[in-house]
This record gives sequence, structure tokens and C-alpha cells, in this order.
Amino acid sequence: MEKLKNIIHKEETVISISGLYKSFENLEVLKGIDFNLFRGENVAVLGKSGSGKSVLIKIIVGLLKPDKGDVVILGKQIAHLHGKELDALRLHIGFSFQNSALYDSMTVYQNLAFPLLMNMKNMSKKEVDNAVHEVLDAVGLKDKNKQMPSDLSGGQRKRIGIARTLILKPKIMLYDEPTAGLDPITSAEIIDLINEVQEKYNTSSVIITHDLTCAKNTANRIAMLHKGKFIKIGNFEEVFAADTDNEHLKGFFNYNFIQ
Amino acid sequence: MFKYGSKKYLISKGIDQYFIGVTNAFRFTTLFFKEVFKRPFHLREVINQCFEVGLKSLALISLTGFIVGIVFTKQSRPSLEDFGATSWLPSLIGIAIVKALGPLVTALICAGKVGSGIGAELGSMKVTEQIDAMEVSAINPYKYLVVTRVLATTITIPVLALYCSFVSLYGSYLNVHVTETVSLLSFYQNAFKTISFLDIFTSVAKSIVFGFTIGIVGTYKGFHADQGTRGVGRAANQAVVLAMFLIFIEEVLIVQISNWF
Repeated sequence: MEKLKNIIHKEETVISISGLYKSFENLEVLKGIDFNLFRGENVAVLGKSGSGKSVLIKIIVGLLKPDKGDVVILGKQIAHLHGKELDALRLHIGFSFQNSALYDSMTVYQNLAFPLLMNMKNMSKKEVDNAVHEVLDAVGLKDKNKQMPSDLSGGQRKRIGIARTLILKPKIMLYDEPTAGLDPITSAEIIDLINEVQEKYNTSSVIITHDLTCAKNTANRIAMLHKGKFIKIGNFEEVFAADTDNEHLKGFFNYNFIQ
Repeated sequence: MFKYGSKKYLISKGIDQYFIGVTNAFRFTTLFFKEVFKRPFHLREVINQCFEVGLKSLALISLTGFIVGIVFTKQSRPSLEDFGATSWLPSLIGIAIVKALGPLVTALICAGKVGSGIGAELGSMKVTEQIDAMEVSAINPYKYLVVTRVLATTITIPVLALYCSFVSLYGSYLNVHVTETVSLLSFYQNAFKTISFLDIFTSVAKSIVFGFTIGIVGTYKGFHADQGTRGVGRAANQAVVLAMFLIFIEEVLIVQISNWF
């Protein structure tokens, strides 16, 4: 696994979240989240299943509306955006879904070309072809463009899912459980890919995961989410310091270590 | 406010959810009229969907229409013979098929075949986050998935209904031809003798309403599918049941309204 080599621009915040609350009926999922992501930075949000990690990134991308709080992406309050303004912002955000969410009635090529054809109407066929082949090359799956998603392995689907977000050249990447359900070797390949994407496309990333190996190797900072709140934010060593007295952090570390 | 457990409901959970569902369905339907006139029009996808709805239902509609024509003629003939009015058979069959049976049979078949297909397809896209993936790629999923499919059913089902009526009349002609010597042309001429322009217009208008209903119900149920594969099955099933229910209600209303003219 290659180590992350990125330059963080602390003077430029790309995601700023303050006082974020979200609940579903009586279930409070997020209870006051404060968080900043700087340009060029990778932050891993760690937490158990049901701790609100996926809800957090769905709010960031505007798929869910917060009950309370401010979410500012690239200087724009996402809750105030609608229609074309929201779509324009979304072109700068890449979202890699946990289950890849590839369009299963389309080939790999069509999956990748679709966001371009829908958003960049003036692109020629050759330009679309070039863009598709460039991202396929970036994720190391040059020869798969004619295959259907059902013919791909889990790891290949994740790669194509990431390629589909890269085709719009986003400034921010959101990864929802990028290594979930993958074997250790494929997980390591995806971790390398996340770092390569960061280097090549200069993205800032939020990586939602419960895999400590993934978090350690892809993130500059780790934010530990527990019961809807960040209980610790810092680099890996700070968060999982040997003298930590937080039972939850200890348990999470030991579980991953044993695994 | 009544309290059930720790949740607050206006009346009760079931009644509240019913009205929320009706409101959502109403909003979903009105959104179609807002979006249909906005760019982009996704004409290629509309044509694809017309092909899916039309060509793929053609065999089933041909067979059903043909059988309806034969059966209806066979059932009507004895009653007309009792009154010595068998010469009225083509007119009776023509009115029944063009005004009522053609559009209704086509709509019911399409509700089963097309409505369930749309419900299952969109439901599956919803539970596998493909609709969310479109949204985060700055593609309006309502415009691309709902508007195109509803337009396709609204355009194609009237055409299929007219086709079904012609096939039914042909079935009827063959049945008549077994016992009587009558040419196809004169049978069709007799069948259409008593059918006015208003009848054809009502029939087409009815099919447009049925087509719209099938499309909007299928897409609504698919778009709101949840709870994994079970939800997909439920969306497909509800798309058929609700569309058929609404088609019968619309049939009664349209017949009532057309009788005023």
C-alpha cells in the first residue's frame, strides 16, 4: 500500500459543517456535528454501523436535508440551493456509493459516458470517448468498457463507480464504505486507488469507513463518530493513542486489530 | 393531537400516512406537468420507451384483441338472432369494441405488462441507489426516468388501443364469416357506420388518460419503493393493482362525461 502524499491548503475550507442535526421520526441520527475539510485533505469518518456516517455524506451531497445546522460546500450553503444551482455544485462533488450503484441496464462505457452526455451537451463523441478511456485507464480497467456491471467483480464495480465520479473532474470526493465487502487484497488496491485519485485529480475527500486500515492509509485526519457526535478528531496516532481512556475508541481499535 | 407511543399523529398513524401518501402522489403528478415542458426533453429515451411499451406489448394485445372479438361476437349473436337482428351484429360489435372494449382491454393488459415492468425497474433502481447516483451526477432522475416513461405510455397506449380495436373487429369478422358470406370491407363499413367522430375522439382521449395513469402509477410506485427486493416486488404489484383500479374509475367517469355530449 502506498502512503498518501498530498498537500493540504489549510487556508481554504471546501466543506464546513456546523451544528448539524438530523433525525428520522423519533430516531436522532446526528446530534450536533461540527467539521471542516480543507482543500487537498482526506478525512476518514469512522464509526459503527448506524452511527450516522452515511447520513452525514448524504447531507453533504444534498440527498438529505438537515433538520438544523449549516452545511457549506465550496462556499455555498447547500440547504439554500435548488434545481440548477444545486446541480452546478454537484458537478464538483464525486460520490462513490457503497454498492457502486452502477446503472445495470448500461454497459461500463455507457455508465461512464452517461454523466458527460447529460451534463456537457456540447462535447463531441470523440471527446466523450477520450474522457471515458482516460478514467478507465486511471482506475486500471481499460479493457472492460463493453462489459455489463453484472459481469464485473465487486472490486471492479467499485473502481468503475469511482471512475464514473472522476469523469466530471470533481473537486471533492465522497467515498461511502469503499472497502466494505472486499477481500484484503482488493481492499488494498482500492486504498491505493483512493490515494492515486487524490494525487492525480487534487481532490479533497471524505472517506466513510469502519475499516481502520483504510482510514490509516488514506486519511490525514480521522473523525470518530459515535451516537451522532464526533467524539474525537485528529490524526491516526492522536485518535488511537495508547493512553486513551475512551472505551469506545479502545474497543474499535482492538476489534479492527483482532480482525 | 393524539399520542401513540412517543410519536404524535394528527388523527392516527394509518390515516395520517394515507393522506401523506395522497399528497405525495398529487405532488408527484403535478411535477410531471411542470417538468414535461422544460428542457432537456430526452427525446431518444422517450422513443426507446415507446418501443419498450409498444412493440413489446404488440403480440399480447394482438392475441387478446383477436380473442375478445371472436368471443364477443359468439356471445352476442344468439341474442340478436332472437330479435331477427343479426344484420346489426357488425354495428353492435363496432360500437362495443371501439368505444369500450378496445381501450379498456389494451389499458388492462398494459397495466399488467408495462405498469408492473416500470414499477419493478424503477423500484430496483431506487433500492440499489441508482436513482441517487443520477441525482448526485447532476442528472434530474424525475425528468429522465419519470417524464420519459409517462410520455411513452401516454403516446403509445392510444395507438395500441386503436390497433386492438381493429384486430378485435377482424376476429369478429372471421367469426361472422364462418356462417355468413360477407366481405371484410363490407363488415368494416357496417361496423363503422354507426360510429361517429365523437366516439373515436372519446376512445382516443380515454386511452390517453389510461396511458397517463399507467405511466404515473408505475413510476410513482417504483420511485417510492423501499425495503430491498421485497419493496421492488411490492412496487410492481401495487403499480398493477392501483392502475387497474384507477382505470375502471376513469372508464366510468369518461363514459358519463361523454354521454353529456
